[in-house]
Amino acid sequence: MPDFLLELFSEEIPARMQAKAAADLKKLVTDGLVEAGLTYASAGAFSTPRRLTLTVEGLTSDSPDVTEERKGPRTDAPEKALDGFLRATGLTKDQLEIRDDKKGQTYFARIVKPGRPAEDILATLIPATIRAFPWPKSMRWGAGSLRWVRPLHSILCILSDENGASVVPFDVDGLAAGDTTEGHRFMAPGRFTVTSFDDYAAKLKRARVLLSSEDRADHIWHDATNMAFAAGLEVVDDKGLLAEVAGLVEYPVVLMGEIGTEFLDLPPEVLQTSMKEHQKFFSIKNPKTGRIERFITVANRETADHGATILAGNGKVLAARLSDAKFFWENDLRIAKADMSDWTRALENVTFHNRLGTQAARIDRIAALARDLAPAVGADPEKAEAAARIAKADLSSEMVYEFPELQGLMGRYYAEAAGYPSDVAVACQEHYSPLGPSDDVPTAPVSVAVALADKLDTLTGFWAIAEKPTGSKDPYALRRAALGVIRLVLVNGLRLNLDRYIDAQLVRSEAALHDALGGRATEELLAEIAEHGVFGAAFHAVRDRLDDLHDAFLELADRVPDASDDLLRFIHDRLKVHLREEGIRHDVIDACLAMPGSDDLALLVNRATALAGFLASDDGENLVQGYKRAANILSQAEEKDGVEYRFGADAKFAETDEEKALFAALATAESAVAPALEADDFPAAMAAMADLRAPIDAFFETVQVNAENEILRRNRLNLLHEITASCAKIADLSRIEG
Amino acid sequence: MGPIDHGQGDNYHTPAFQHPGNQMAETSTAPRSFQEIILRLQSYWASKGCAIMQPYDMEVGAGTFHPATTLRSLGTQPWAAAYVQPSRRPTDGRYGENPNRLQHYYQYQVLIKPSPPDLQALYLGSLEAIGIDMALHDIRFVEDDWESPTLGAWGLGWEVWCDGMEVSQFTYFQQVGGHDCKPVSGELTYGLERLAIYILGVDHVMDMPFNDPDAPIPLTYGDVFRQTEEEYSRFNFDTAETEILLRHFEDAERECEAILSHPAEDPKTGKRIIMAHPAYDQCIKASHLFNLLDARGVISVTERQAYIGRVRALAKQCADAFVQTEAGGFIAPTGDAA
Repeated sequence: MPDFLLELFSEEIPARMQAKAAADLKKLVTDGLVEAGLTYASAGAFSTPRRLTLTVEGLTSDSPDVTEERKGPRTDAPEKALDGFLRATGLTKDQLEIRDDKKGQTYFARIVKPGRPAEDILATLIPATIRAFPWPKSMRWGAGSLRWVRPLHSILCILSDENGASVVPFDVDGLAAGDTTEGHRFMAPGRFTVTSFDDYAAKLKRARVLLSSEDRADHIWHDATNMAFAAGLEVVDDKGLLAEVAGLVEYPVVLMGEIGTEFLDLPPEVLQTSMKEHQKFFSIKNPKTGRIERFITVANRETADHGATILAGNGKVLAARLSDAKFFWENDLRIAKADMSDWTRALENVTFHNRLGTQAARIDRIAALARDLAPAVGADPEKAEAAARIAKADLSSEMVYEFPELQGLMGRYYAEAAGYPSDVAVACQEHYSPLGPSDDVPTAPVSVAVALADKLDTLTGFWAIAEKPTGSKDPYALRRAALGVIRLVLVNGLRLNLDRYIDAQLVRSEAALHDALGGRATEELLAEIAEHGVFGAAFHAVRDRLDDLHDAFLELADRVPDASDDLLRFIHDRLKVHLREEGIRHDVIDACLAMPGSDDLALLVNRATALAGFLASDDGENLVQGYKRAANILSQAEEKDGVEYRFGADAKFAETDEEKALFAALATAESAVAPALEADDFPAAMAAMADLRAPIDAFFETVQVNAENEILRRNRLNLLHEITASCAKIADLSRIEG
Repeated sequence: MGPIDHGQGDNYHTPAFQHPGNQMAETSTAPRSFQEIILRLQSYWASKGCAIMQPYDMEVGAGTFHPATTLRSLGTQPWAAAYVQPSRRPTDGRYGENPNRLQHYYQYQVLIKPSPPDLQALYLGSLEAIGIDMALHDIRFVEDDWESPTLGAWGLGWEVWCDGMEVSQFTYFQQVGGHDCKPVSGELTYGLERLAIYILGVDHVMDMPFNDPDAPIPLTYGDVFRQTEEEYSRFNFDTAETEILLRHFEDAERECEAILSHPAEDPKTGKRIIMAHPAYDQCIKASHLFNLLDARGVISVTERQAYIGRVRALAKQCADAFVQTEAGGFIAPTGDAA
């Protein structure tokens, strides 16, 4: 049972790709071996910055022979048929067997496909695996055509057993497999021969390479925590950084350095971001003060001066970065304390979008909307507006220019420095949230007002200029903005009629696009929208009151409602995707979307959740069937008779007990459903509807709707309408599938 | 952004490099000045067979823009060149006050096609040549893929770290001007000021000795460049006339396209002369004008993309033209006038 060892030695593999590459190598090769008929006892894969290694132990030395039997012509068949068969099988006549078949004496050929030695199988499998390797990004180099993650320098590929090792013979683009490799680039240069995996691992260790990334990570974490502990400090946990750093070194040497005292007052996030992003340093915290006081860097070698030069160099690079950061921080604080006016002014010169104007103009619109929204989300309008006005000021700060990932967070620090109340400062940080589907949703009222205003303004702005997402193209992340609106509303249980705010913000966006709209008319229109809650009535009020309205203003009558409907549809589409992920079927959502007030997303979702629960029950499912049956019979009758059966179902014409019972049940349900709906208590409304199921079922079982007696028939059809009308109050059940 | 983003960002300084003893004759002494580092790089890469070229005589943002890199990385002809390229990054001006930010700085650029198998070793040799002792320092190759949206170019490689400081960009070009690089060029870019500050152990770029500190007239980097940094910072940020710049941008764009629209055959000489380089000069101009406009803060985020797209379109047309020339590997069909 030979063992197999493969090492692909290259220039430095990006740290983030190493683990998956090792796993892919193991899977591709072991799958290939099994497919070729070999078996093995165990396999393991490893990666370092310069090598991918695979070891397969207890490999069968050959694949088994495979015997195939083929039936030929009958012995009395023409000579030509036999010749053809011999050609096809590669046998001679005396090698054939003659056996009795149903139709007579027949030739049979036994073709033995001999097993292949593992070496042959590997000599084909490995080059194919290398050529088709699934790197996330690969490249060519020199004049060759082979692709690898970085130039591939050598291939160690051996089979070894008790008699020794042999190279699996193959080459890939002129690179021949061999039995040598090399150790650490600087600490142990030079190639050496390898005879087995144990020999390989031992020699690598001597050549200052720790093969396993887990071993390297453990070593780093062990030394780092010990060093920090000895100094009475602790390492800030960062698994991602640990894995990355373990992929940057073959021989980790952990070094701890001091952060200059002049930098210790920087916000900890600034220290941490700068050290992690630029230098791949671990942050070392003082548990007593919570401050970050030291750093740990991981070098790739030992030196005669025990890392003194390396540590000094790293310390200097860090000091330079932090003195930049400190310089920015101090400059920024000066401007912040002067009320940030330098920054807000600077935003007047920053274009947000060439059609939608400057950042400053956009902030004006967001501030106006945040103020509008404040009462509905329980925030102080003054605070919401103030927060919106400074929330993006940090975009002009030097710190955010240098560390864009700190936007918002720096805004909070600067707002605090400027003396804003803490909820206003927090809103500066939180107003970008939620960014992704799993990002935390702000709940502080001021943050919610600004976050909602920010996202709604983005959406209405791009809707006003008809720059909507198409297919996979969404350059302004509008889908994300819509999902942000949805999650802000749902997580906070906000009862908001979005229409009103969308209409108002569309008018503000239109005003930014067309000077001709007129300031006064726009202002009055916005005031009327706030008053009426709808665009149409507001627009008519302004049109009736003001003369000399510009054509551009009058055109709003079509443009705003169209854009508003379209944007709400877009938000609904995102809501459907969101709810589908939460397990609510799209037809259930459609049934609720058809109901009035669908711009109130919290109401919509309450309804959909209740309906989904109702439909999952036996009563709910049957009620839908009853509803559909009623609706079918009714629409057929209406079509046939050319009249609508909508009014006048009268209990006094009820003939059977079941019919009477249904009248009674409808009345009872109605008296329970109406107040429940009034209170937006959908579960109660649906529970009341559930009581209709039995009477409806009984009615259909026993009563002939299309009775001979025309009065009876008309009364029953009108009764069917009452069923459908009752059901229609909770949702449009015609949209429910199945 | 890779090599063309080079030369900015860090302040760094260490005590002077330890003398590595008698490891290599040429590194037995640490360099004493900025120019000595450049001269050592020149002689090192000359000794490795590179043609030592001179800077391109136009304003460029990075050494990559030199036609000896951009155009010569295209086509099949072998190539090996090294040169210093003064580079301009208007937005990085700091009036000469920042210890490590300059709007004008030097890059050292090496381009070898096809990339030799020992390019990493050759590169490490160059670090030793300028006095970095591999036994004491921690050299690392950290993933950094390079992309130049203005050149329609990308490659894979690393930023090279010395004790945590980025000292070079190392890139295997995969595509330039929209053309696959076959063969692949290996490109090395050293940010010279950054590297020199580190090796010479000074705190501020302006304090760095430019020539030998014992020369009869010793000059610092500041003696040479402090005033120009001030002048250009003021010009770049506040006074460059944006309307003129915009007009020049459009002129360069038009001129580039006009040059390339001429038929290959020159009516005067009857020769096949495709004017790839003159056209490319206009592309370089447009790119620098865009950088100036950017520094003046008159280009919005969305406009930025449009401008970058326009420069890229020029770079692509120049690349298309260059591969139709002899230096770009074009072989005239037999029977054609050669």
